[in-house]
Amino acid sequence: MTPAVTTLVPAFEAVKVDYTAIAPILIVFGGSMVGVLVEAFAPRRSRHTTQVALTLVTLAAALGALLLWSRDNHAKTLGGSIVIDGPAVFLQGTLLVLSILGVLTMAEKWGGQDADAFTPMGAATPGSPQEAAAARAGFTTSEVFPLTLIAVGGMLLFPAAGDLITAFIALEVLSLPLYIMTGLARRRRLLSQEASLKYFLLGAFSSAFFLFGAALLFAYAGSLDFDKIASVTAAADPALEGLLVPGVLLVLIGLLFKVGAVPFHSWTPDAYQGAPTPVTGFMAACTKLAAFGAILRVAYVAFDGSRWDWRVEVIAVAILTMVVGSVLSVTQTDVKRLLAYSSVAHAGFILVGVLAFSRQGVQGVLFYLVAYGFTTIAAFAIVSMVRAGGPDGSVGSEASHLSQWAGLGKEHPVVAGVFAFLLLAFAGIPLTSGFTAKFAVFAPAVADGGRAGVTMAIVGVLCSAITGFVYVRLIVLMFFTEAGSDEVEVLVPSALTTVAVTVGTAATVLLGIAPGLVLSLADSASQFIR
Amino acid sequence: MTHTEGALPATGAAGVAWLLVALPLLGAAILLLGGKRTDKFGPALATGLSWAAFGVGAVVFFQLLGNDPEHRELHKLLFHWIPAGGFNLDAGILVDQLSVSFVLLVTFVGSLIHVYSLGYMAHDPDKRRFFAYLNLFVAAMLLLVLADSYLLLFVGWEGVGLASYLLIGFWNHNPAYATAANKAFVVNRVGDLGLSIAIMLMFVTFGGVDFASVEAGAPKASTGALTAIGLLLLLGACGKSAQFPLQSWLGDAMAGPTPVSALIHAATMVTAGVYLIVRSHVIFNLAPNAQLAVAIVGAITLMYGAVVGCAKDDIKKALAASTMSQIGYMMLAAGLGPVGYAFAILHLLTHGFFKAGMFLGAGSVMHGMNDNVDMRRFGNLSGAMKITWVTFGLGWLAIIGFPFLSGFYSKDHIIEAAFEGEGWRPWVFGGATMICAGITAFYMSRLFFLTFHGKKRWNDDAHPHESPLTMTVPMMVLAVGSAFLGAILWYAGFPAWLEPVVGTHEEAAGPVLPSLVISLLTLVLVAAGAALAWMRYWRDEVPVVAPKGSLLTQAARRDLYQDALNEGLFMRPGIHLTRSLVYGDSKVVDGGVSGLAALIGGTSSRLRRIQNGYARSYALTMLTGVVAILGLVWVMS
Repeated sequence: MTPAVTTLVPAFEAVKVDYTAIAPILIVFGGSMVGVLVEAFAPRRSRHTTQVALTLVTLAAALGALLLWSRDNHAKTLGGSIVIDGPAVFLQGTLLVLSILGVLTMAEKWGGQDADAFTPMGAATPGSPQEAAAARAGFTTSEVFPLTLIAVGGMLLFPAAGDLITAFIALEVLSLPLYIMTGLARRRRLLSQEASLKYFLLGAFSSAFFLFGAALLFAYAGSLDFDKIASVTAAADPALEGLLVPGVLLVLIGLLFKVGAVPFHSWTPDAYQGAPTPVTGFMAACTKLAAFGAILRVAYVAFDGSRWDWRVEVIAVAILTMVVGSVLSVTQTDVKRLLAYSSVAHAGFILVGVLAFSRQGVQGVLFYLVAYGFTTIAAFAIVSMVRAGGPDGSVGSEASHLSQWAGLGKEHPVVAGVFAFLLLAFAGIPLTSGFTAKFAVFAPAVADGGRAGVTMAIVGVLCSAITGFVYVRLIVLMFFTEAGSDEVEVLVPSALTTVAVTVGTAATVLLGIAPGLVLSLADSASQFIR
Repeated sequence: MTHTEGALPATGAAGVAWLLVALPLLGAAILLLGGKRTDKFGPALATGLSWAAFGVGAVVFFQLLGNDPEHRELHKLLFHWIPAGGFNLDAGILVDQLSVSFVLLVTFVGSLIHVYSLGYMAHDPDKRRFFAYLNLFVAAMLLLVLADSYLLLFVGWEGVGLASYLLIGFWNHNPAYATAANKAFVVNRVGDLGLSIAIMLMFVTFGGVDFASVEAGAPKASTGALTAIGLLLLLGACGKSAQFPLQSWLGDAMAGPTPVSALIHAATMVTAGVYLIVRSHVIFNLAPNAQLAVAIVGAITLMYGAVVGCAKDDIKKALAASTMSQIGYMMLAAGLGPVGYAFAILHLLTHGFFKAGMFLGAGSVMHGMNDNVDMRRFGNLSGAMKITWVTFGLGWLAIIGFPFLSGFYSKDHIIEAAFEGEGWRPWVFGGATMICAGITAFYMSRLFFLTFHGKKRWNDDAHPHESPLTMTVPMMVLAVGSAFLGAILWYAGFPAWLEPVVGTHEEAAGPVLPSLVISLLTLVLVAAGAALAWMRYWRDEVPVVAPKGSLLTQAARRDLYQDALNEGLFMRPGIHLTRSLVYGDSKVVDGGVSGLAALIGGTSSRLRRIQNGYARSYALTMLTGVVAILGLVWVMS
């Protein structure tokens, strides 16, 4: 060994890993690997139970680790690739709670042998000989649980990513299992497969934009780290200015796709309609949460210095998202598509908070994500309970056409009443979480967003009124309209779905009447580590 | 958030004034959640809780009376509602002369109507639900008037809307009734939108939405902002109070059970708009244009309701038109500024009594006439229903302004106040109020004579009979109020009692005509209107089927074509907008694909082979979006 060599090759320095800070992520990924092994080796009879238990235990353990260790252990770790700070911990905690509820709805058997919503075999329809053959061959539907865990792992990583590569990996890790899960619906197979394929193709398309944007930013800053990009932006080299703004916008487009912002929303209604309903609920609540976490981090950390150059475009997207989402929801005839367009409109409302560019804005967005997540999971769980009568009294497919919901309130006042309440929360009626959430994002926009903020808030209120009309029309349909000729039944949920609906509804009530605790949590969590 | 300037912390009974909201709310919760188990005692419990709320209200009122006039504004912070960073929203209640006046009206009339409903709804299988909604309404209405901020007021505002909606559609087995409920809701949304945007603008302008911040910030704000807020508040008030151009729902709302029409659509909820305007007097005093708009809206509705009221044969719809017209009086008075606020509230209180009384009377008539509402089928009921006849008669005399009954005190002063001012205003507003006093006398007398006098025109299967005591006692109490409340309030100095809240009125030039002349002219017009009605509907034979009538009559029967206008102005464009957007989504995007396909040739066809369905057009939408966004960057740099 000559001295010359040592000076040429810099001494290898192992990156420091703060294991306690990233423990929740590690636990979830570890759990998913165990889940794959269980899928391979556990006997068929006990597989469903084992998987559900394993998934729930993993998520609960991750939540425990988060509360015990990472909560007070804010750090940049893995050489800055992962940043565990206030917003990251807040979003990860919410995500874990929401995933637990989501898994509960997925595990529902409705009296069958396996999770009812998922197909054991691609070509099989419910009750068909193929399905019976698949059952004899030992195919089960429990692979959805490890897939969910992998997706959750990606989602945990996404808002904590500290550079564009990590963000991209997280994006793909959360997306790929979701593409598969979208195609797993047991009933309406073709619709589900089509949705899965569309989601995958368009997702790949948007990933390409993200990558291209990342490449432009690398060319501009010489680094993919968020803090590097921020410091280079601050130094402002005019020669490379032409790379910065297109790069920023392309990266944002990749992220806006995930939240379903217009004009990158077209996959939303199809995927939401085709996916098994429990997956739709999980996807709507958790993907949106993770993706908005990532948007917050890039907008407030990496691209903060250049925000005057890109905010106009994103403001246009926000306004367009609110308007298109709410106006198109008016003509929907399918309850899942209706909720999909409503989720598009909600993405627009949340963007208003992001664009306030203040700590209060972050607080509002965090709160909105919590509120929306709980309401959404409960709403989709109820959608999965309303069924058309199947052959010979078996469980039929979901009665998702709006005409089938007519008169539901008379036969099933409790279920319809809870659903009506959740719809009121979506509409943002005071004393529901939806109102507090809208207040929490619109108020900072008005206060800190200047004229654009006021404009967006006014558009937001107008669009809330439009969506309010839609939801109330559905409520009227349930309570004040005669039932149609279709046979519609409401399944009696087991403890799993009951818990999910109850927790979701209780959170919706609580966050409307006494939002103080969560708001102050969100406030103390609203500071990014730069 | 600071509480109202000069407001004292509420102690004693006012400190527990939240009970006013909590008691009826508790009743609604027990009845709704308790289910069938509460069928037996539910209605009585709801009624009891409503009376308990009245008790609390009365104690609070006497506590205020005990304080000297400057210290009658009490504030109680309930809890920190939304602590969102820089913005804090607190929930609190404000007890002052204005809110206590409303509390007494709502709880007293509300409780009487609970009692009445015990009889009216006795045979309805769903009466538990009905009483739950009634209690819910009372709670929401009390929250509306006791709120210390516009936001909390908005919660009550939505709450009364919800209760009203549930009660209009209560008999939802009838599809027409469900449609009526729907219409009330949609029209109200327009108004609510105005109110919610006004609240947002207040945030921007004053940095807070509680009454105290608004009061403190208003003198510093620009007139433009104040005018905008004022006009939006007016829009909100128009929706809730059925004022022009959002009045169309009130007539249809009569589909609800009659006690509901009496409580919600005559005495209390529909007057919330007037409360809103008077409560926001600081804003309107500083924004003269918005104030003028209030007066104009009031004048238009006043005449509109009067004209429609002359043509309706449905007893409840005729009363609804009259309600609209009377609220027009209140709005107009509120739009006159400090000279009118106290009279607006005075008329609101007296109107609450006599109109509720007449609605209950109408319900009693319907009760005895197999739920028939066509006045051309009534006639000469005075013999069969003596109590109803007398109580209704007192309400009738009160509303037409018979000397020394309630309406005389409240309406005459509005007319007199409308004649104050300079330029064209006193003549237009004063003239409108005076002429409409004559028309009111005509249509109310028409209603009264058609129902209780003339020849009997009912079919043989109707057996008119007096209603049970639970129904007639509330009617009697309200009739006594119709007769004497105006005089009592007037001689007890009601305007002076409100003065600390709504501000003093400096004696200006006085009315453009001498007061005595105004009073005499009004009386002459009233007498003429009543006499005309006597000739046509008592002395002469009344046809059982409505004659074709003049063009104006035909138009008035159809609410002066309000529905057709709404459909043309609002519904059609709305539907077209949605349709064209959907069309754009499904057609234009696809069309763009085929157009572009020709351009990029082989690439597109290869893409088409790989992709199925419409995924291509989705991708194209995305691409278009990306190109547009990057194009925007290019254009802007």
